[in-house]
Amino acid sequence: MSDIKKIKDEYLKKLDNNLDIESVNQIKTELFGKNGQISNSFKKLGSLPNDERKKFASDLNLIKEELQEKINSKLQEIEIKVINSKLENEKIDVTLPEREIKPGKIHPVSQVIDEISSIFSEIGFSVEEGPDVENEHYNFTALNTPDNHPARDMHDTFYLDNNKEILLRTHTSPVQVRTMLNGKPPFKIIAPGRTYRSDSDQTHSPMFHQVEGLHIDKEINMGHLKGCLNYFIKSFFEIDKIKMRFRPSHFPFTEPSAEVDIGYELKDGKIVIGEGDKWLEILGCGMVHPNVLKNVNVNPDKYQGYAFGIGIDRLGMLKYGINDLRAFFETDYRWLNHFGFDPLDVPSNYRGLSR
Amino acid sequence: MKFTMSWLKDHLKTKHKDIQIIDKLTDVGLEVESFENISSDFDNFKVAKIINAEQHPNADRLRVCDVDIGQQNIVKVVCGAPNAKKGLLTVYAGPGSVIPKNNMKLTVSKIRGVTSYGMLCSESELKLSDESEGITELKLSKYSDKIGKNFFNNKTEKVVDLSITPNRPDCLGVRGIARDLAAAGAGKLKSISHKNIKKNGSQNVKVSITKDKDQGCTIFGSCLIKGVTNKESPKWLKEKIESLGQKPISAIVDITNYVMLDLNRPLHAYDADKIDNEIIVRNSKKGETFEALDNKEYKLDDGMCVISDQSGVLGLGGIIGGTRSGTGLKTKNILLESAYFIPRSIRKTSKLLNIDTDAKFRFERGIDPQSIETGLLKASQLISQICGGKISKFDIQKITQYKNSEIKFNTSLFEKITGFKIKDNEIIKILNDLGFKVSRKKSELKLKVPSWRPDISQPIDIVEEVVRIKGYENIETIEPEKNRLKDTLNKQQKLFHFLQRSVASKGYFETVTWSFTDSKINNFFKENLKEIKIVNPISSDLDVLRNSIFSNLVFYLKKNLDRGFKDISLFEIGPIFKNNQPGEQLTVIGAIKSGKISRLNWNEKERSVDIFDVKKDLIQTLMEAGYDKQSFFIRDKSPTYYHPGKSGSVYLDKDDIDPVAYFGEFHPNIIKKLDIKTEGVVGFEIYLDFLKDNKIKLKDQKSNFKYSDYQKSERDFAFVVDKNYKAQDLIEIISSIDKNLIRSIKIFDIYEGENIPDGKKSIALNVTIQSSEKTLVESDLEKINKLIITTVETKSGAKIRS
Repeated sequence: MSDIKKIKDEYLKKLDNNLDIESVNQIKTELFGKNGQISNSFKKLGSLPNDERKKFASDLNLIKEELQEKINSKLQEIEIKVINSKLENEKIDVTLPEREIKPGKIHPVSQVIDEISSIFSEIGFSVEEGPDVENEHYNFTALNTPDNHPARDMHDTFYLDNNKEILLRTHTSPVQVRTMLNGKPPFKIIAPGRTYRSDSDQTHSPMFHQVEGLHIDKEINMGHLKGCLNYFIKSFFEIDKIKMRFRPSHFPFTEPSAEVDIGYELKDGKIVIGEGDKWLEILGCGMVHPNVLKNVNVNPDKYQGYAFGIGIDRLGMLKYGINDLRAFFETDYRWLNHFGFDPLDVPSNYRGLSR
Repeated sequence: MKFTMSWLKDHLKTKHKDIQIIDKLTDVGLEVESFENISSDFDNFKVAKIINAEQHPNADRLRVCDVDIGQQNIVKVVCGAPNAKKGLLTVYAGPGSVIPKNNMKLTVSKIRGVTSYGMLCSESELKLSDESEGITELKLSKYSDKIGKNFFNNKTEKVVDLSITPNRPDCLGVRGIARDLAAAGAGKLKSISHKNIKKNGSQNVKVSITKDKDQGCTIFGSCLIKGVTNKESPKWLKEKIESLGQKPISAIVDITNYVMLDLNRPLHAYDADKIDNEIIVRNSKKGETFEALDNKEYKLDDGMCVISDQSGVLGLGGIIGGTRSGTGLKTKNILLESAYFIPRSIRKTSKLLNIDTDAKFRFERGIDPQSIETGLLKASQLISQICGGKISKFDIQKITQYKNSEIKFNTSLFEKITGFKIKDNEIIKILNDLGFKVSRKKSELKLKVPSWRPDISQPIDIVEEVVRIKGYENIETIEPEKNRLKDTLNKQQKLFHFLQRSVASKGYFETVTWSFTDSKINNFFKENLKEIKIVNPISSDLDVLRNSIFSNLVFYLKKNLDRGFKDISLFEIGPIFKNNQPGEQLTVIGAIKSGKISRLNWNEKERSVDIFDVKKDLIQTLMEAGYDKQSFFIRDKSPTYYHPGKSGSVYLDKDDIDPVAYFGEFHPNIIKKLDIKTEGVVGFEIYLDFLKDNKIKLKDQKSNFKYSDYQKSERDFAFVVDKNYKAQDLIEIISSIDKNLIRSIKIFDIYEGENIPDGKKSIALNVTIQSSEKTLVESDLEKINKLIITTVETKSGAKIRS
């Protein structure tokens, strides 16, 4: 008995030392190998008298378990140590740059069109489109602007033929005509798109974008027009307090006609929309002229309503502080990066127009 | 349309302040473009007296003055002028006023610890003179009883510039503007008083209007003024002309201009001695010429309305006079013309000859046909007053009788259109003030439209008149209803928005470029399409509509490369044009990519962009839009602007006739000709119009979720095939062998060279095999292996590589 106790104490002590795996395996062999001390002790069992044998066997088993456990925990301890020291050497510089990021951008005009569509969607407008190339009839005559009308001079029109019959649309209003000719009232549409006038300077570009609005039903009056635009402007600029002024104007295709100004002030050279004491014209509108309704086979005694036209690029300039209209169409990579929007920023009713 | 406030008051009796008048003009629809001095309210400048001046406690050069500004108000003003002494009469500007010289707005402010209420002004600050040494010194004798009164009287002309819409010719004269203001409650329209003038003898130059087809002149009024002395205009007249920024010429010209600006009644004065016998108003004949007052010779076409005499054309009626009969300082006898020309005729002639004059602008919009005599009266009276001379009786020739148009107006229409109600009496008052003659039958009004309003012809015009005078602020705001009749976007529009953001999300910057382009670049990309020329392009390098989405994109790619950018990804979504008729356009996405991937990257090897970069972007975009990649089919056909060997087209389905997209490297010749210098240029284009509706919709129920947990096996194969053999065909052959067992096929190597015969290549594939019924045993796998090899070898002529 005292022999095996001695073995146990000796090896437990040994195992307390700072050992490597090989040394522990060596100990294991010394104890449990074919000629290991514990193995040999078991072999002695047979030679012991019966009364001692049972006791010895029980003691020996306990000692065996204790040593095995000690060895196992020692091995685990060493393994953890080895892994830890290995990881220590695997440290990398996590401040090095990640793999290439190539963010994409959405052009401000597209973003603004989506914002506008989202706002008008909320109040029941659907989106219509029309061709960029128009004939003179849809662009002018059907819109109560006959050939001899001086208002035609205000549209510097691009023509595609010498007879001046085929042209690039000067406004999105021909979509009104096409929509009404192809359908039956009520109509409640917006029509965003490209428009063209042969004019080029700081504030004019030969191509620009407009959104047309049209709401025709039985009892749509100027109060509805005012309400609709009031709603739109507040939603678009995401400002609750914004001064708005309707003032009489003239367009051949609406009567009565109005232009809408909003209040602004200048802060550090930038236009700030809201309650300033200056006025900025942002759109034209009015009640659709009975002549236009007649031209598209809608009975003006039964149906009436409003139309409006808004410059999309200009809205974007005002909202996002962009100074030069021409830069919109010059594809300067720096400009696109600076004023462009993340493609995931989709304006919508439920998550709002902007972040 | 410019006018001065003082001129306005010739016609309008008003107590309104200038700024109120400006607001009123805006309110009735006469848009104010500018109002000079609008920022400096001159009422803030008062005659004031310094009643005490003390040294400023904290500054040697400043004084603190007690200033009497009238009505027993004494204010403290800190002043630095050496002449600020007790007893001086000077000009005081209160807080809020704007100093004319520098547009500085005054506020109450502390100057070195002493609060100063306003400022004492120098002559230079008031823009009276350049004197800036001290404050203005006013003469005691003239100003001692004016303390507290405004320093400025209306001597300074304040010019208003209106932008008059084409429907309002009447407001091209000051009187018309005054009439609108009076109707809107900003004063009272003064009546025109004509002194009786003596008219002696008859107008003995015979005038006739021929009955030509589409005669452009319907009324021609004239009078003869004999024995005038033309001279410089008197001061008042010169000042009137100058106040509108025009140059006085001579009394006779200035008077005709004055009447035109005042009443919108254009007149023309002929030197009567230069008229050959008679005046004939007729249509021109092709080839006739005349020299106009702009010193240009015009060659006329048939059918233009001319004023002529027996020798030929004197002038173009209502547009421009001629030099032959022009007046000068030596003119003794004048024939004064006051006529009516039809707008359509004026517009047609002036467009053909490209002439723009003040008279043309007015006649084109419609002159009051009943102002013939008023004009003659006012002008002849002024001429005889200033230049002397005897006025003849008026001669009025007309070929049609003017009749005021009449409108029946049901007053309920007003509320129907505007959404608010006003009393019939108020409607009648507004219309009366605007010059309508109104008679009433219950709620129906019978209206006689004033002759100066050619724009008014139907009831809706009356609604507009009443609502603009009443004021748009009375229209109530009706909150919009939030119900929807129809989906906001249709399928094509949804696709547009989806693809736009899908492409952008792959690292492309969206751009918007012109729909027109440079024909020289367009030619590289137009393929078989017809060139669509713009008749009047904005510049010669934007002369055609684009036939392709790429012409502008490559142009701007080059611009950005020239700016020093190297790795560029751009795209545009928009129209391209097939022909010049409405609707002959397609909506296309074009994307372009240049330079390298992972340029100067510490952990990735850099490489040039290649067609498989854009192919990935393209295929992924189509997949994201809901199209099934399994049925895509790629062909190596593509437009000629692509590299013939490195480009392809994508079909949604093998059997489709039209491809939905192309991708590839751009043709090196084009890149060279455009002088584009970069490591690589690749691109793709998607034709939205050819993208069919998806068979499977997002809203549809998804198919049952089936999966297999049995063991997967992978087997690698390498086949040697002809060099031109397509990997797509190989994959199709293998996948169709057993759709139940072959789960995926991946190409992991393409090899040419050593150990492979010339004209051949090796395609190495990894095939995943899995059954949904059992675990495949070695013999099953061996069977399918063999099947793959024999099928491929038979169908493609390939040889398995040992």
